[in-house]
Amino acid sequence: MLKVENMNVYYGAIHAIRNVSLEVLQGEIVTLIGANGAGKSTVLQTISGLMRSKTGDIAFMDENIAAVTPHKIVERGLAHVPEGRRIFLRMTVRENLEMGAYTRHGSEVQEALEKVYQLFPRLLERRKQIAGTLSGGEQQMLAMGRALMSRPKLLMLDEPSMGLAPILVEQIFSIIEDMNKNGVTILLVEQNAQIALSIADRGYVLETGSIIMSGTGHELSQSDDIRKAYLGG
Amino acid sequence: MVYGIAKMLNFAHGDVIMIGAYVCFFSLLHWNIPTVFAIILAMIICTALGVLIERLAYKPLRAAPSLAVLITAIGVSYFLQNAAQLLWTSSPKVFPSVLGDTSLRLFGGQLSVSMISVVTVAACIVIMLGLTWFTGKTKTGKAMRACSEDKGAAQLMGINVNLTISVTFAIGAALAAVAGVLLCSAYPMLMPTTGAMPGIKAFTAAVFGGIGSIPGAMLGGILLGLIEIFGKAYISTQLSDAIVFAVLIIVLLVKPAGLLGKQVREKV
Repeated sequence: MLKVENMNVYYGAIHAIRNVSLEVLQGEIVTLIGANGAGKSTVLQTISGLMRSKTGDIAFMDENIAAVTPHKIVERGLAHVPEGRRIFLRMTVRENLEMGAYTRHGSEVQEALEKVYQLFPRLLERRKQIAGTLSGGEQQMLAMGRALMSRPKLLMLDEPSMGLAPILVEQIFSIIEDMNKNGVTILLVEQNAQIALSIADRGYVLETGSIIMSGTGHELSQSDDIRKAYLGG
Repeated sequence: MVYGIAKMLNFAHGDVIMIGAYVCFFSLLHWNIPTVFAIILAMIICTALGVLIERLAYKPLRAAPSLAVLITAIGVSYFLQNAAQLLWTSSPKVFPSVLGDTSLRLFGGQLSVSMISVVTVAACIVIMLGLTWFTGKTKTGKAMRACSEDKGAAQLMGINVNLTISVTFAIGAALAAVAGVLLCSAYPMLMPTTGAMPGIKAFTAAVFGGIGSIPGAMLGGILLGLIEIFGKAYISTQLSDAIVFAVLIIVLLVKPAGLLGKQVREKV
């Protein structure tokens, strides 16, 4: 479904992403783990067109999207929940969701809205509230709901556990699994390797801009190197 | 509004007002077009001009530091003034009275308000309500608010940010044309620098009321007008502009976000 080949991204003179290649198949949950500053978010931003790779190809649904503008990429069914959620704090919950459905029209919007409210009943309760007044967990739900409004085939999530209490993290991850069962393919970026690997079919480990290891979620969580580096022994 | 979304001060706004007034002037006097169509023509031409300015001058600088954009905007302002001077000479033109000299008499003739003042206030209220409705209820208007909060996130929603900014400039420029006609009906002296002072005053009013807030801009405008008039009446005619800008400086010192301004959060 998504195939990244030989991605190289620079911030000025800094070579941030080095020869990264990865693949996400239909129906999978794939995770990209790594320490702070390894370049995980940069990989996602480059896939969604906010940054550009100097080399290689990014194929989504067998079409090259490496030069497509971000808003067109969303239209093709690739949604991205950015790091730090980045919901529109001064707009209401409902308006945030409407913005998520910007590329959709008419009855599609209403249908998507109903589905999202079904998945996140809390957002239905708070639909008229200004998003900035939501709690951290609710904001994460809103960010995910907003991305689902575009009816994506592939959803990229950047650090959904960030800043959340452990109980909320579990809740968010069980929702991610639910979304996946409903047919949305997931590419998940996480610092919390343990929980990410526990739900992932496959994973990649990113270190200072390069992929140093890949395998199934189970393999990676059993690997000694990974245990030492990311799982606390 | 343009500031809120594009995060830039459009110093050329006053000069678009001036161009709008000229367009209206020529269509009324030389081509004998009915008033309503003259105003519509002015709006169309200003809209095109606004989009053109945005495309040619501001869009290439979208990633540039705000100082570069500010200087470019001042450059565009001078360019428009001098182009107007070349095309239409610097001699002032007497703007035809669009509404006649009728005035409204209230309280048995004790208070007389010129028709143009009434129309101006009415037009401002209609425009303010219209803009509030537009940004609150329409898809494009909401997209503008989304862009003003977070352009990156707006792109991830599938919003075409460049197009949205162009639409914002188009609306701003179309309204500038209306402002031009109203301004020159109230003060019927039209020359290439006509727009410069109102442009700066409008910016002052917007900062005063709280930049990025539509009702704030209107409140700021009203207060600014009152300060200017009372300054003229009770302190000094020549110092009235100085008083206005002194008030601006004080407001910025005491309440940097303006009277109805939104608290600006520093991004971490």
